[in-house]
Amino acid sequence: MKTNDLILQTVTKVAAFVIILFSLSIFLGGHYSPGGGFVGGLMTSSAIILLLLAYDLKTVAGILPVDYKLFIASGLLLSVLTASGSLLFGVPLMTHAFTYVDLPLLGHISLHTAVLFDLGVYLVVVGVTMTIIQTIGESE
Amino acid sequence: MNNLTILPVLLPLLTGIILLFVTKSIIIQRILSMLSSIIGIGIAGTLVYNVSAHGIIALAVGSWEAPFGIVIVADMLASLLVLTTTIIVCAVLIYSFYSIGEAREKFYYYAMVQFLLVGINGAFLTGDLFNLFVFFEVMLMASYVLLALGGTKVQLRETIKYLLVNVIASALFVITVAYLYSVTGTLNMADLSRKIAEIGQPGIITVIAVSFLIVFGMKGAIFPLFYWLPGSYAAPPIPVIALFGALLTKVGIYSIFRTYTLLFYHDQGYTHTLLGILGILTIIIGIIGAVGYWDLKKIIIYNIIIAIGVITFGISLMNEQALIGTAFYIMHDMIIKAALFLLIGIMIKLTGTNNLREISGLIRTYPVLGWSFFIAAISLAGIPPFSGFAGKLLILQGAAAESAYLGMAVVLLSSLFVLYSVMKIFINGFWGEEKEYPKKDIPYKKLLFPAVLLVAISISYGLGTEFVYPFISQAAETLLHPDIYLDAVLKE
Amino acid sequence: MEILMAIVIGILFTCATYLMLSKSILRIIIGTGLLSHGAHLLILTMGGLKRGAVPILTDKIQDYVDPLPQALILTAIVISFGVTAFFLVLAYRTYQEIGTDDMDQLRGTKHNE
Repeated sequence: MKTNDLILQTVTKVAAFVIILFSLSIFLGGHYSPGGGFVGGLMTSSAIILLLLAYDLKTVAGILPVDYKLFIASGLLLSVLTASGSLLFGVPLMTHAFTYVDLPLLGHISLHTAVLFDLGVYLVVVGVTMTIIQTIGESE
Repeated sequence: MNNLTILPVLLPLLTGIILLFVTKSIIIQRILSMLSSIIGIGIAGTLVYNVSAHGIIALAVGSWEAPFGIVIVADMLASLLVLTTTIIVCAVLIYSFYSIGEAREKFYYYAMVQFLLVGINGAFLTGDLFNLFVFFEVMLMASYVLLALGGTKVQLRETIKYLLVNVIASALFVITVAYLYSVTGTLNMADLSRKIAEIGQPGIITVIAVSFLIVFGMKGAIFPLFYWLPGSYAAPPIPVIALFGALLTKVGIYSIFRTYTLLFYHDQGYTHTLLGILGILTIIIGIIGAVGYWDLKKIIIYNIIIAIGVITFGISLMNEQALIGTAFYIMHDMIIKAALFLLIGIMIKLTGTNNLREISGLIRTYPVLGWSFFIAAISLAGIPPFSGFAGKLLILQGAAAESAYLGMAVVLLSSLFVLYSVMKIFINGFWGEEKEYPKKDIPYKKLLFPAVLLVAISISYGLGTEFVYPFISQAAETLLHPDIYLDAVLKE
Repeated sequence: MEILMAIVIGILFTCATYLMLSKSILRIIIGTGLLSHGAHLLILTMGGLKRGAVPILTDKIQDYVDPLPQALILTAIVISFGVTAFFLVLAYRTYQEIGTDDMDQLRGTKHNE
């Protein structure tokens, strides 16, 4: 059966990008305000799922030709390596470090090792969610 | 501050993640997991040595000091269990190389074994109740995958039940943690121990203690909550059963051990009596199953339940001898159960059936298998000088000191029935007329190696009791005097 | 407020129990979902319900919310999310393989093996 998804598809083209950008903003803002890797990751994957709904698995796989299982693995690796980085400095595992820098345009911002950890979480969440959706979705 | 404590968790985690990248090459996966588990044994050995030399080592993760942050605490019991676990995983991995099959190896089998190890080691080492829940879940998640991996009908069917039971147990765990948090305002075990000692364990804490007993009892399969175990454990292939049977239930029992000696020890008249009764009933149920079945896997699986009953009974006695005995017995049982599962695994491979009635006369062709099984069997039953003896003897002495004569009688009788159930396998399976079995090409010697290795470790554990004793008595010392644990963690 | 929460949690647990006792796997999965929701609400309630500022150290604010229950809930949510997803895939796979979602027929006795 062929359905007419024109409205959904047109909206999705715009909305998906807005959602992804917003999710990135939430991910980075998660530092001193509500947000972070988990929420950001869920939101990004919801954008991809919206694409999946509007188009189909094949089209989306064409747009984003990635293996989401590798997302999980690399996210985990990033998080664990960040956490165990503190072993090198002889402090307890997962001890974080931060500093403040002045960058042109962005101004006075804080840099934090927790962001790297959170990036790992972000990748894992996107990877896990998309793997689940694909696993259930592809065999119809 | 000592990062050594976290390494038994970190190493398998890192290995597991790297294995996720190399699923295509089985050889690399095998080499990596073997390498990691050998290094793991080294680390665990160092940990045991350090704890015996310097006492409990605590690590405040992320430099957030206890009671505010999560602490990883290596006391003697935990480090010894970690060492035992890594050794068993190493042996089972060797066995897996030749028996688990390419399909499973390509679908994250080795990675999942590593994640299972993360969960188990983490659960042993953590000093925070909620963190214990998290490590439990890591372990369970890996176990779900290992149980379902392969996707045969029996496995899928049993995984659903196993999963459901554990989901409910986990929800109950969360609920109980919530209650405990609302009463005490902390989840750090050392801090909890101090606060509960201050308020002297009123009724509400006892209720929470019993809820924890239900939660851990469900995972550890003690008396009314064991019903899921025989079915689920019979479904997966032998290496997975060996891992589950040797390790998973022990984690549940270890948690009871930890909470009932560190936190809820003020109202022993109620909680520990209950524990003792449940232990005895568990033994009886296990005996009924072990004696009644003629299925190789089922007999050993019911022997797990018997062992859990004995351990639970040992914990309930709460005196020095009984605790030393229990700690002895847990480790003995982990090693010997893994060995037995691997041995019957070889029998099943050789004959193509797990019905004991269809097997006989194996000893003529496979003498090493037969005699290893014999040694493992009498060691399981606790015949001196093998490893089951010392633990049981100490538990019985402890029971005598508490005048728990009924329990003593049941534990003694259980040894007899255990002996009967495993001798049933030996006499029927190895003696008698030789039978023709459909010829199958199996790497007999390679499969036998890890099993014999475990039996040898078990023998030396039994013969070297004198050598091991100081370590275990140090473990029991900490369990009997929570202050040692408190001082090490809270550093006041 | 605590009483209201207690009632809500009770209702959630009741529904969860009812659903988990039914035969269809899908209902059981929904039941486990409700059960974990109930448990999470329970943590929230047990941590103490109060209004307060975000628990980040600043000078002006006196009244903080307890951050620990929220951290616990987030962890528990993530875990139950993962488990539920696995359960769904497992149930689907079982349905494909065995062709039923009736727990009665998944009993595994000799009769229906």
